[in-house]
Amino acid sequence: MNILETHALTRRYGDLTAVDGVDLSVSQGEIFGLLGPNGAGKTTVIKMLTTLLPPSGGRAVVAGFDIQRQPSRVRQSIGYVPQLVSVDGTLTGYENLLIFAKLYGVPRSERQARISSSLEFVGLQDAANRMVRGYSGGMMRRLEIALAMLHLPKVLFLDEPTVGLDPLARQLVWQHINSLAGEFRMTVFLTTHFMEEADHLCDRVAIMNLGRVAALGQPDELRASMAKPEATLDEVFAHFTGHQLDNGGDFREISRARRAIARRG
Amino acid sequence: MKSRELDAPSRAADRAAGPQNQGAAFVRQCLALTEMEMRKLRHDPTELVTRALQPMLWLAVFGEVFSRVRAIPTGGSLRYLDFLAPGVLAQSVLFIGIFYGIAVIWERDLGIVHKLLASPAPRVSLVLGKALSGGVRGLTQGFAVYLLAWILGVGIKWGPGDLAGVALAILLGAAAFSTLSLIIACIVRTRERFMGIGQLLTMPLFFASNAIYPISIMPGWLRVLARLNPLTYEVDAMRALMVRGGSTIFGMGFDFAMLLVSSVVLAAIASRLYPNLAR
Ligand SMILES: Nc1ncnc2c1ncn2[C@@H]1O[C@H](COP(=O)(O)OP(=O)(O)OP(=O)(O)O)[C@@H](O)[C@H]1O
Ligand SMILES: [Mg+2]
Repeated sequence: MNILETHALTRRYGDLTAVDGVDLSVSQGEIFGLLGPNGAGKTTVIKMLTTLLPPSGGRAVVAGFDIQRQPSRVRQSIGYVPQLVSVDGTLTGYENLLIFAKLYGVPRSERQARISSSLEFVGLQDAANRMVRGYSGGMMRRLEIALAMLHLPKVLFLDEPTVGLDPLARQLVWQHINSLAGEFRMTVFLTTHFMEEADHLCDRVAIMNLGRVAALGQPDELRASMAKPEATLDEVFAHFTGHQLDNGGDFREISRARRAIARRG
Repeated sequence: MKSRELDAPSRAADRAAGPQNQGAAFVRQCLALTEMEMRKLRHDPTELVTRALQPMLWLAVFGEVFSRVRAIPTGGSLRYLDFLAPGVLAQSVLFIGIFYGIAVIWERDLGIVHKLLASPAPRVSLVLGKALSGGVRGLTQGFAVYLLAWILGVGIKWGPGDLAGVALAILLGAAAFSTLSLIIACIVRTRERFMGIGQLLTMPLFFASNAIYPISIMPGWLRVLARLNPLTYEVDAMRALMVRGGSTIFGMGFDFAMLLVSSVVLAAIASRLYPNLAR
């Protein structure tokens, strides 16, 4: 049974078709990666699947519920870490969790236990009572993951979970994502520009370009599909999107990471 | 450790959603948002203190001076300072509410709005939670204005019913203006544009009301505007509830009905527009 399915999912902004007839299916417990260059339409797909944005065409089912006809059931079944920083710097880590536990209806009797086990899961128990604006970028991301898993959602959406993190912090986030799928049997749907990340984490990936799925499969299969058998996933990506990946990041990405850092102050 | 949480009964989607459950959930979600704001204030209460300075200036300077020169008739037997005190209180609640949208735009520039909107909390509960926290901030202004008014010798009504009535008027007034502010934030979306519109709107709302002079001395066109302004009804109710010898012009029931209707209409519009912020 697929826990997530899209059929010809489409979103237009005026003349621009940001997402163009995307068909995907993800099975329970899978870590699925949506890869693509800036502007490929990854965030737009996630916003539709999390019910933030109505599709212009097509349909999608998440955790058994139609995103347009049963949006509130969908919202009960998902966790979401947006691309932007989404924790409140003027509250402590614990308070951020407490508010969302209440919003998600975690019962009072389970609230404290859920909050402490989420904090423990991401290794933030010692920082729980500090103001979040003093956290490092990696700690904030981990807090966001703790927030998104607090209510044990069936599907977790992570929009570029490791952008702007140093290699060590990235490793740590990867570990957490892996155990969410392994230990908690959550389905993880994430986006990234990093081939290495997709290779390391994802059971299957879809490479998106200009709103369409250009390639879909296990990282190994995609490599095998190339004429050159020893191709790196970077080369696979370049082959399907016509983009050269520059790991230094482009202006948009850098300015976004900078903005995110500036906002913490 | 393996799959330790799988059998826990707490997956949100699996819990029963009966009608009482839903009602209780709605209230809890509203209060969670209010609690979020209150916790922020507790970490940094300077905002409340700086906000309280402006009404104090209005009362202590403007009020004292105009009481002396008797330039403004109060339309009754009230001293000008006594006439002004409820107006200044309502004004400070207006100012707190109308700049509320700034905080919402800030939450949108981060991803907080996105996360709130992807949570199961209904849009209306998010809007009402915000409105209620505007009200609680307004109540803190109430304390400041009451204290100063009392020091300046305003004849304050201390009856518990009167105080409760003023508190209710503050809550409704703050709800109306913070949801209005939310609506503006949803439309303009950027901080710069919001500041411009916020400045543009506060003064007309303030001057086209009975806050610092009675409606009876206004020119006809201004009277029409004042009658459309929720602030007028907030002040009118407060004038009867807060100061000895004060009375309403429109009647207490009508004042509260108008406040309630404007809050409900604005909250309905805001809940429709709020999801646009995440698009
Ligand atoms: N609200 C909007 N209005 C108009 N165009 C939009 C809007 N949001 C996104 N777009 C456009 O849609 C396209 C896809 O954007 P999207 O944010 O989904 O890309 P992405 O793959 O997430 O990129 P990135 O890696 O930079 O996050 C882009 O061309 C973008 O400019
Ligand atoms: Mg994106």
